[in-house]
Amino acid sequence: MSGEKDLNQLKREAVEKAKAEALAKRQAKAAGEVSGAPMQEDIPSEQALSQDAKPAESAEPAQPTQPVETPAEAENGADLAKKKAAAAAKAKAAALAKKKREGIEDEAPAEPAQPAETPAVEASDDGDDLAKKKAAAVAKAKAAAAAKRKAMELAGNTAPAEETPTPVASETSDDGDDLAKKKAAAVAKAKAAAAAKRKAMELAGDAAPAEEMETAGVTDDAKAKAAAAAKAKAAAAAKAKAAAAAKAKATGTGDADTAAMGDDEKAKAKAAAVAKAKAAAAAKAKAAGAAKGGDVSPADTADKPSPNQPFLDKYRKVIEENLGPDVLEDSYINKLSKDVPTLVAKKDTYFKVAQFLKFNELLGFDYLSELHGTDFVTHMEVYVHLFSYKNRQSVALKVKIDRDEPTIESLQPIWAGANWPECEAYDLLGIKFTGHPNLHRILLGEDWVGHPLRKDYEPYDVEV
Amino acid sequence: MIRTEEMLLNVGPQHPSTHGVFRLVVKIDGEIITEATPVIGYLHRGTEKLAEDLQYTQIIPYTDRMDYLSAMTNNYVICHAVETMMGIQVPERADFLRVIAMELGRVASHLVAWGTYILDLGATSPFIYAFRDREMIINMLNELSGARLTFNYMRVGGVKWDAPEGWVDSVKEFIPYMREQLKGYHELVTGNEIFLDRVKGVGVYTKEDAINYSLSGPNLRSTGVKWDLRKDEPYSIYDRFDFNVVTRDEGDCLARYHVRLEEIEESLKILEQACEQFPAEGEIMAKVPKIIKAPKGEAFVRIEAPRGEIGCYIASDGKKEPYRLKFRRPSFYNLQILPKLLIGENIANLVAILGAVDIVLGEVDG
Amino acid sequence: MVEELLHSSPGLANFGIFFLLAAVLLLIVLGFVTYGILAERKVMGYMQLRHGPNRVGGKWGLLQTVADVLKLLLKEDIIPKAADKPLFIIAPVMAFAPSFMVLATIPFTDKFQFADIGVGLLYYIAVSGMTVFGMVLGGWASNNKYALLGGMRAGAQMISYEIPLVMSVLGVILLTGSLNLNDIVAQQDDTAWFILLQPVAFVVFFIASIAELNRTPFDLPEAENELVAGYHVEYSGFRWAFFMLAEYVYLFAMSALITVIFLGGWLPPFDFLGFIPGAVWFSVKFSAVVFVYIWLRSTMPRFRVDRLMEFGWKVLFPVALANIFLTALIKTLFF
Repeated sequence: MSGEKDLNQLKREAVEKAKAEALAKRQAKAAGEVSGAPMQEDIPSEQALSQDAKPAESAEPAQPTQPVETPAEAENGADLAKKKAAAAAKAKAAALAKKKREGIEDEAPAEPAQPAETPAVEASDDGDDLAKKKAAAVAKAKAAAAAKRKAMELAGNTAPAEETPTPVASETSDDGDDLAKKKAAAVAKAKAAAAAKRKAMELAGDAAPAEEMETAGVTDDAKAKAAAAAKAKAAAAAKAKAAAAAKAKATGTGDADTAAMGDDEKAKAKAAAVAKAKAAAAAKAKAAGAAKGGDVSPADTADKPSPNQPFLDKYRKVIEENLGPDVLEDSYINKLSKDVPTLVAKKDTYFKVAQFLKFNELLGFDYLSELHGTDFVTHMEVYVHLFSYKNRQSVALKVKIDRDEPTIESLQPIWAGANWPECEAYDLLGIKFTGHPNLHRILLGEDWVGHPLRKDYEPYDVEV
Repeated sequence: MIRTEEMLLNVGPQHPSTHGVFRLVVKIDGEIITEATPVIGYLHRGTEKLAEDLQYTQIIPYTDRMDYLSAMTNNYVICHAVETMMGIQVPERADFLRVIAMELGRVASHLVAWGTYILDLGATSPFIYAFRDREMIINMLNELSGARLTFNYMRVGGVKWDAPEGWVDSVKEFIPYMREQLKGYHELVTGNEIFLDRVKGVGVYTKEDAINYSLSGPNLRSTGVKWDLRKDEPYSIYDRFDFNVVTRDEGDCLARYHVRLEEIEESLKILEQACEQFPAEGEIMAKVPKIIKAPKGEAFVRIEAPRGEIGCYIASDGKKEPYRLKFRRPSFYNLQILPKLLIGENIANLVAILGAVDIVLGEVDG
Repeated sequence: MVEELLHSSPGLANFGIFFLLAAVLLLIVLGFVTYGILAERKVMGYMQLRHGPNRVGGKWGLLQTVADVLKLLLKEDIIPKAADKPLFIIAPVMAFAPSFMVLATIPFTDKFQFADIGVGLLYYIAVSGMTVFGMVLGGWASNNKYALLGGMRAGAQMISYEIPLVMSVLGVILLTGSLNLNDIVAQQDDTAWFILLQPVAFVVFFIASIAELNRTPFDLPEAENELVAGYHVEYSGFRWAFFMLAEYVYLFAMSALITVIFLGGWLPPFDFLGFIPGAVWFSVKFSAVVFVYIWLRSTMPRFRVDRLMEFGWKVLFPVALANIFLTALIKTLFF
């Protein structure tokens, strides 16, 4: 656990560093560089650096072991991930890689750090991607696979650092769902990136390109967050991390821009646009505090047609073909309830529909999962949740009945399991089920006055 | 033929083997039951009525008291229902904590079922062994939630407390221990001739009966229906774990006994994987509004509790309290088949059959 | 000593001596019951990962049972309104008295025995069979359905298991040629313990004896989980204590009888160990038997009532018969 604390500490330090750095940048910018031109200037230097980094990375004389081991470890991790090996091993690999990266940062070598920053883009992109996929409520594993694919593609685009990003990206997205892990990795990368930037600034003697400004803007956001985070003791670590992650995304984006620009103008422009949009979106989301942990509200799902729509259509069709066109009052997909197809029967066709639902071999709803009534003041409603073990499908059957004279056929002859639930509905709501073999007040006892779940129920003994 | 007088015997509400305040009015001819009428409602607390005046978060403690042997799944089902309605995505760490808590609860619940079942059959020691092992789980859940039975641990959007330091490791340590204990359980009880004599071929029902009577959980799976909501309608993060759905074909008390014990093993598998994949850090609460208001509409969700599928129906009018809340309580449904099973059996089998259904009266009576 | 007294002319002095001896035996038995119960609770406790009684009377809980008995004495004596009062009152006495009477014939050592009668074994079985009257009576008089069911079960069980119990010892009697318990021990001195010569008889006798004692796995008459408390469900206070007392005195008597019949009574297992007094050997063997009873109790689930009958009549009874037949055959052919 102390190790973890150390990590947190390191992360917080990184955030602090980043803040200081951003401040320096802004000051430098204020010193009087025009925003458009340095951008061009910046690129070659960065690019030169990254090109420098590529050969240097494999056999760096100053840091012989660490830079070499980093990708190796990452690759290991990736391999493991591919083989779907134990998660613990992955976590270890990730932690190791992280530590290695921190080592890089500490010793501040411009060369190995430079390639490491590109993966940060992948990672943050991954994060974005994942968050989006999650928001779209697509299966997480699928999202991971997609993210992985995307990462590979991006890696192809951002040429200078093709070697490292692929393993790193696949390692971080291993099973695709480990956002926390990814975040941690992103944090580590962000630190490396920060270090690289500092070096780059020193080397190029250059200040504040256009991206930097943007970065600074986002960093401000992150800074504010970090400041707030520092105050909250309990959540400090997590928030600092999140802030660092946000920064990582922003910084990474900036670097991706510069790195890629020298390589391929078109690809660069594209990547930059995408990355910028993503970074902006991410920052916004972060600022809204909603992107953390991937808990984005999937409001956009409402537009899509439900996966259960064909089933509903099928049920409706079969019922209408066999029982006539007007047995159902309504039918719809209940989006709030895991997209369950819902049929609303008419009062006089309820029993017939229920019977049909069970005995028709196309439908075969042999299991009554739930039956209860509800008092909607304007009417009473009986809700039946049916399930077919044959087709592995659910359906909800509802019927609206008169509130003053709540009487409906019993489903007990069709499903024996409806026996007690109907008694319960009778007991608590006063719905009378005709044809029920033993309708009695199952919970409250025969001497109870009134039906408690009716909205107009008044307790008999008032003082309680 | 000698005609003997039939006798009306009240088994319960205070009877050692009814597992709570449950009354069974049986007509017996000698010791042979000719008619059985369950009488329930002694523990009815009107949870659903109370819930109409409570905010969603305030309802959670009430769910603890339904199936008090597995309160975690009850906590989960209401949170899950509200989350489904609001479209809240629970943070990963919270999901892991929930799954670990629920599976621990499942093991604990099955341990009680096992221990009390053997106690019903007259052996006293296994009960104590089961409770010793359950106690370890209870202690772990106590560390997690601050309560031993009524956890009130989950919230809409996540969980209330993060795992204390080293907690996941203690769960990890528990898994091999429990596996070892399970071997002992089998050695002590499963092969015992007297035990087999009591449960083999007793209380048999068919697959069709089980489905028709809306049975669920081990009671259903003991007839060979391979159905487990964790596997077949995955919720939370159960789709990430590799485990089997335990079934038996005999449909008798022994089959239910075996299903429960083997489900402990499967739960341990899930726990093992969940502990390995447990994210080192992360949020435990999604960003949810201060006052939770489910959108207008209705939802019914069901999940796999130790006793079968527990469901939660919420009809909301967009206010902070549910308009109507209904729990599908597995024990309530599972108990329906009892009168049918008891006819023609003797008093000793009554205890064996009732014990094998494994009810919790808090849940039956709602 | 007792023999001399039995043959001497009656008088007040004789009466006094007999009375005193009986009182001493009663105290010994009560002492055993007190510590037998404690031992049972302790042994079961340790088997069940508990400590058992550990507060009253030091850390071994030595006075726990004493306190329990005192509590029972002080408890209100409840007789249900609808109970048959005279029968309700007499039932515990009927259950207890025979349990004490059977002790008279058991030779604890070669010297310590109260009545060395020729048909000692028969006497034991005949008198112990009377206890069931107390149980049935108690169940009936309580006017409680559970009690009635328990009483009926007790009756059925006693009748069913008395037969294999007697049948199994017939092999021993055949080999000894006597019903006298002293003779049986003497015979074991000559040949070997009957547990070796009559293993089948021993197993049948032991199982049947558990049923006779109403102990798990044959505790159907009081099956807690089915009949709440069976025949004594309506009893409380000292009347209930009498039923319990009877049960534990029978545990004492039955363990002693098994020791005498099958384990060579007070005889040492090997001749060179003869320097240890017989009383020690007797109590060692006796304790071992009691321990096995307790052990079984904490391990076994309960039989089902119909299977119990089946087991008694369809398994134990034929096995006991076959054992008699074999023993008779061997005895005529080889001796």
